[in-house]
Amino acid sequence: MGMGIDVRNKMAKRAAEEISSGMVVNLGIGIPSLVPNHLPNDMNVMFHAENGIVGMGESPVKGHEDENLCNAGGFPVTVLPGSSYCDSAVAFGMIRRGRVDLTILGSLQVNKNGDLANWIVPGKKVPGMGGAMELAQKARRVAVLMNHTDKNGNPKIVDSCTLPLTASNCVDLVVTDLAVFKIIDRSLILAERFAPYTIAEITAKTACDFSIAEDIRVIDY
Amino acid sequence: MNSKMDNPFGKIATLKQAMEHFHDGMTLMFGGFGGVGSPPCLIDGILEKNIKNLVLIGNDTGFPEIGIGKVISRGRAKKVIASHIGSNPVAGELMTQGKLEVEFSPQGTLTERIRAGGMGLGAILTDVGVDHEFVSKDKRKMNLNGKDYLVETGLTADVSIVYAKKADPYGNLVFDKSARNTNPLVAMAGNFTIAEAEEIVPLGSLDPEEIVTPGVFVDMVIPSEGVNWKWAWE
Repeated sequence: MGMGIDVRNKMAKRAAEEISSGMVVNLGIGIPSLVPNHLPNDMNVMFHAENGIVGMGESPVKGHEDENLCNAGGFPVTVLPGSSYCDSAVAFGMIRRGRVDLTILGSLQVNKNGDLANWIVPGKKVPGMGGAMELAQKARRVAVLMNHTDKNGNPKIVDSCTLPLTASNCVDLVVTDLAVFKIIDRSLILAERFAPYTIAEITAKTACDFSIAEDIRVIDY
Repeated sequence: MNSKMDNPFGKIATLKQAMEHFHDGMTLMFGGFGGVGSPPCLIDGILEKNIKNLVLIGNDTGFPEIGIGKVISRGRAKKVIASHIGSNPVAGELMTQGKLEVEFSPQGTLTERIRAGGMGLGAILTDVGVDHEFVSKDKRKMNLNGKDYLVETGLTADVSIVYAKKADPYGNLVFDKSARNTNPLVAMAGNFTIAEAEEIVPLGSLDPEEIVTPGVFVDMVIPSEGVNWKWAWE
């Protein structure tokens, strides 16, 4: 992978490009939590948490955690000037009402129409949907950050999801360790590829048809 | 409890007095999100009094030794209505073994069902999950102004337990940052609501503008001894 940043941070850095000043953004757990590290310091973004925070800042310095100031994943956070607390019903009102501009979340599978499957692995754990359905169905834009293939090498971008859906036709953008796909009007477009991966390599690891943007961007962070 | 504190409404009580309202088979609603904002002394009281066959309603099942998770891990609940149980593997095992019935509700829908119950409403209409087989199963649908909605029933409970930063003798509550979470909603939805407060302050010392939960919804206030579990991040 050369001397650059690690793969997870490359993905997070690309996802961070989706964020612009003034947005309200909800981040899922895992790689999405790395996204704020890749934003310019002067950008005014309000990070939203389902438990009831708008305006989260960085993780606190070790030893300065406040047990009553945690994100939806239960990890200590800080708040920035302009932040507010609310109850969880209000936090979800913001989501359903379309006030959350972007959610960036992980997924198990995405299909070419933008169906999202990220809440259940049949025969394994049934953790419950948490707030994933509201975010997937109601955030103005849904960006998925996930590895291109699962740990057995199976493609996670598929023709039709084999796992139970979280919500249908909701994903707008998929950022993997190999490429970036846009989903516009229910059709999948390969828009960008991470160097050094070729279109042939990406195609071989993607289990559905897609079109290729004429001006495909090569990302080489 | 501060013995000098006036108790003009008779709401300030001890944990022992609070526990008189708990019994086997009751429906219990709890505040908290991943254990943050769950009342630790009341949860320990449930364990000590060996309350069983609980029907629990709350955001999630905490962690095995954090929040309401302590009650669930010890097999004291027969059913839970929650949005997720993923952080408590014991809950998952009990569910798989058929020892714990779990009703999943999308998180925002669940909080709104609790709020509806607390507001004296029978149900809400939402399009979240309306096309989703798992969520919409066995629920009534309603078409209103050309749009499909699910009818999601309101929730109440025999007893609600919440955690507050400050309470006054009337039960007016102020919460602590993200420990507010579901607490103001849960407080409204209890037929009998018990608040465990980090600090009980004199009547009149809370600015009426800052009160989040009016004491009208709170039947009893007990002092908290603070969290006695180790957080996952510690």
